[in-house]
Amino acid sequence: MAAPQELTFHEFEEATDLLAETPGAPTISSLGEVQGHVSLDVDTEDQEDGELGEENDQTRLLGDEKQSPNFWTFSYHQSFFDVDTHQVLERIKSSLLPVPSQNFVRHCLGHHPDLYGPFWICATLAFTLAMSSNLATMFQNWREASFHYSPQFHKVTVAGITVYCYAWLVPMALWGFLRWRKGVREHVGCYTFLETVCVYGYSLFIYIPTVVLWLIPISGLQWFLGVLATSLSGAVLLLTFWPLVRSDTKIVSAVLLTVMVALHALLAFGCKLYFFQSLPSRPISVTQSPLHQTTPRLLQPPRGTELIDH
Amino acid sequence: MAEADERTFLGLSDVSISEDIPVEGEITVPMSSHSQDDDYSTLDEPVKETIIRDLKAVGKKFVHVMYPKKSNALLRDWDLWGPLVLCVSLALMLQGGSVDSKEDGGPQFAEVFVIVWFGAVVITLNSKLLGGTISFFQSLCVLGYCVLPLTVGMLVCRLVLLASMGPINFLIRFIVVIAMFAWSTLASTAFLADSQPPNRKALAVYPIFLFYFVISWMILTFTPH
Repeated sequence: MAAPQELTFHEFEEATDLLAETPGAPTISSLGEVQGHVSLDVDTEDQEDGELGEENDQTRLLGDEKQSPNFWTFSYHQSFFDVDTHQVLERIKSSLLPVPSQNFVRHCLGHHPDLYGPFWICATLAFTLAMSSNLATMFQNWREASFHYSPQFHKVTVAGITVYCYAWLVPMALWGFLRWRKGVREHVGCYTFLETVCVYGYSLFIYIPTVVLWLIPISGLQWFLGVLATSLSGAVLLLTFWPLVRSDTKIVSAVLLTVMVALHALLAFGCKLYFFQSLPSRPISVTQSPLHQTTPRLLQPPRGTELIDH
Repeated sequence: MAEADERTFLGLSDVSISEDIPVEGEITVPMSSHSQDDDYSTLDEPVKETIIRDLKAVGKKFVHVMYPKKSNALLRDWDLWGPLVLCVSLALMLQGGSVDSKEDGGPQFAEVFVIVWFGAVVITLNSKLLGGTISFFQSLCVLGYCVLPLTVGMLVCRLVLLASMGPINFLIRFIVVIAMFAWSTLASTAFLADSQPPNRKALAVYPIFLFYFVISWMILTFTPH
């Protein structure tokens, strides 16, 4: 009889003792909150090396729950999405207007690069490119008698691959190159990989309204808009990376910055030429079936069938 | 010390089992035996009953989507049958468009499927990474069910396209698709926005907007033979 009672009372004894000694002791429900704090602290721990002293105390208190989150845990990736709406909007705004005194990475990102902006800006740009390319083709060939509208859905795939490759592979190459230069000459600075991806992602934002405005079929206006967009976002990129390569040899820094701007312009004008190519109207009318010989006689020789045999 | 302990425990001893009550009986909680009976009965029930029960659950959720109120039915009893049926019917209805070359054309069946499911997964991951409290499958369920207005819009568009083509035809389809897009976005926002932290609601809602916008674009640009 004594044994079961001892066991039951033993439980109560521990609980009441603990509660009597520390009335405000954390119970199970608030451990959840504490764990939330752990993830936030670990976030800053990831990015600042100088504050380890404080963080070590807290992690010891929590029984070494998470010293630094594993790559495979969810909270590691959650730290890259730790932005509010107004922060994202601010970052977009400062990517549109290059201000010489404000470095995008230091001033705007602080030490919290995010992946939300780059990912969704690229997705929006890919879909916008495909849609407005489709609309532009439709507007151009609206009056052609033989034109049959088709959604051209393969353009979404092409646009997506292009935009995502540019926004992820180019920063990777740039970051690798800068790390190598940092190994060669110590004064060359370096951003983390995520900061580089972040800069490139936000710098693509200006192409979204540009692509929509490229629907206007005036060729001169299209080229002007393209040049304007490329120069604005290219300037942001230049201003961001100039402080890093300033201390490197002149040749290396000049080549690096030129290549960066050249790739950026290549993306813009490559997209313009591929997605918004203006189809010349003459070949369409010539290669039509003989039924459509009513198209302007000026464009056709007297015998339409000869050309069709081409 | 022991006396103090005993005084502390005096009240507790009333709660504990005293010696008068015999410690015997069934260890199994009555609830579990009931559910065991339930399992046997659902195994034995005719297939028709199982299907009708699932269909009723799906139908109830359809009603909740069409008249979005703050109810928990979609979230609590999530299932993915409805989204699967909707996605397959949408993808099937988007087939049969005319093609000039083998590349130009509407989305293939696989492309629609990938966009709907991969898009829903990405949006769910996005809202969870932003700190949302909704579970993965609940969010998939809501996003999938809210494709229902757009599927209805696709059906209407296909019926309208049976008539002659022309600007009025296009205008009707345009208005229908815009209305269904707004309905879908508002319905899913009504269910999902509450689970987001308040200063990130716009960040979580924008991808949903983009998702339904792309689906609406696919519906609007569908051209038959």
